[in-house]
Amino acid sequence: MKEMYFDAVVIGGGAAGMAAAQELDQAGFSCAIIEREEQLGGILTQCIHNGFGLIEFKEELTGPEFAERVEERLQGTTIRIFTATTVMEMETTADPKLLYCYSAQWGILRLSCRLVVLAMGCRERNRGNIRIPGDRPAGVYTAGLAQRLVNIEGYVPGKDIVIIGSGDIGLIMARRMSWVGCKVHAVVEILPYPSGLTRNIVQCLNDFDIPLYLSHLTTNIIGRDRVEGVEITPIENGALMHEKAFTIPCDTVLLSVGLVPENELSKVAGVELNPMTNGPQVDSMLMTNVPGVFACGNVLHVHDLVDYVVEESRRAGASAAQWLKGRRPQHEARLKVGANVRYVAPGRVDLQADNKIYLRSLIVKNDALLEVKVNSRVVKSQKKSHIQPSEMIELHLSPKDLEAAIGAPDPLVEIAIN
Amino acid sequence: MSEELICITCPLGCHLTIERRPDNTLGVSGNRCARGVRYACEELLSPKRMVTATVRICRPFQAEAAACGETGLGSVARLPVRTSQAYPKEGVAGLLADIYRLEVTVPVKRGTVLLADYKGSGIDIIAARSLQV
Repeated sequence: MKEMYFDAVVIGGGAAGMAAAQELDQAGFSCAIIEREEQLGGILTQCIHNGFGLIEFKEELTGPEFAERVEERLQGTTIRIFTATTVMEMETTADPKLLYCYSAQWGILRLSCRLVVLAMGCRERNRGNIRIPGDRPAGVYTAGLAQRLVNIEGYVPGKDIVIIGSGDIGLIMARRMSWVGCKVHAVVEILPYPSGLTRNIVQCLNDFDIPLYLSHLTTNIIGRDRVEGVEITPIENGALMHEKAFTIPCDTVLLSVGLVPENELSKVAGVELNPMTNGPQVDSMLMTNVPGVFACGNVLHVHDLVDYVVEESRRAGASAAQWLKGRRPQHEARLKVGANVRYVAPGRVDLQADNKIYLRSLIVKNDALLEVKVNSRVVKSQKKSHIQPSEMIELHLSPKDLEAAIGAPDPLVEIAIN
Repeated sequence: MSEELICITCPLGCHLTIERRPDNTLGVSGNRCARGVRYACEELLSPKRMVTATVRICRPFQAEAAACGETGLGSVARLPVRTSQAYPKEGVAGLLADIYRLEVTVPVKRGTVLLADYKGSGIDIIAARSLQV
């Protein structure tokens, strides 16, 4: 068994892991990235469409270009990169922390370190998660798996496609499948509104005359060996209208029904998760309940833009470096989810520092008001011209905004949307 | 006759109604800012799209390398490419057909021009990632 020591180990070599590692390296700490794929870049390498980087690089890039630009920042650093290496287990209670990794090159690799950054990203929800009844034929894929097959491995998984769920990956795949010569017959969404961005509805569905069935549930997948069709049932006033059900013939079903942060490893290591995000509960430094274990990117909460993943991960890397130097937050307040807010990340703010918070709304609204209360008194309010659940909202809270919380026993900061 | 569009310049997503006037100009309503008018004019008069696709990779000694599991490319079999700028929408199908005919030998560097000045449009097809053998 090969053994090595690093001050910090980052698990995951996507946008989040690379950005966090760069900060740790810049602060002078030895750092390793463990990546299970053969290359760095994470999910970005299969997202070959454009629309990334407008904030981070001030230009519109494709996923692979964004990943490579972030990777180029690692040139000249001393970050040790282990690709094709999987972390199987973490022992985080002892000092140093121990990570057991497997790889073809090293066999079993044991890394000891003072600090771990979780940057494993997320997984797709699948057929089992949403319980679609019916047969179990070949031809049912998650949208992201199909995206990998088409864009990286060069396999087209079918010819006549129905997409279930109107998330952005599903919409992007509707255009991709059309562009590789398939016929996309429908996108089926259970909710009365699409869960993806408007621009993706316009450019990925309308351009190809792909019908979008809102308030429709997939009630059956039909086919013995291969998918032959899906049965779709309209929902009216919350009830399934079985007499109006219809079947769309197809040979392939793609599921775009949401993402879940990948925290199997975190759970085993005793990291507490937030049931609203499925990511770790973190403090104002983006540290989990396990001292010295930090989290950032999609493993913390599912982001809408990779630009924000990089921003957050740089912050996680920088505060991890400060933690190694001995900094601990002195005065923190808990953040509370108020009206119309699905979640806030992180879960705590530092009363003596500038805090950046990401949150998601539960509602679609124009001219909304974002309100921050300290112990029930409004201390900050911001107008938002448009909010919707698919877009994250950014909020800054300065020591001045949080003045009222200083000295209060167990202060509570509540964020609400009205 | 009026046409309807959803403006995608920003997340507000204004529903635009556009009248084609007899003098060939457009009358746009439903927009909340000037960018809505610009979007409607471009989308109705000369719609363009960024095109992204992939091309086949031709690897030296591919079979041998794969057999001993030694290729750094792993399961990568396609190189992502994109247009340097948005391309006229009506020509996208033809452009894709021409992209799919390309074959690229690795190593290749991000930004390499694979098809220059496509059909005199001034738009190039460029590699969107670097690949080493």
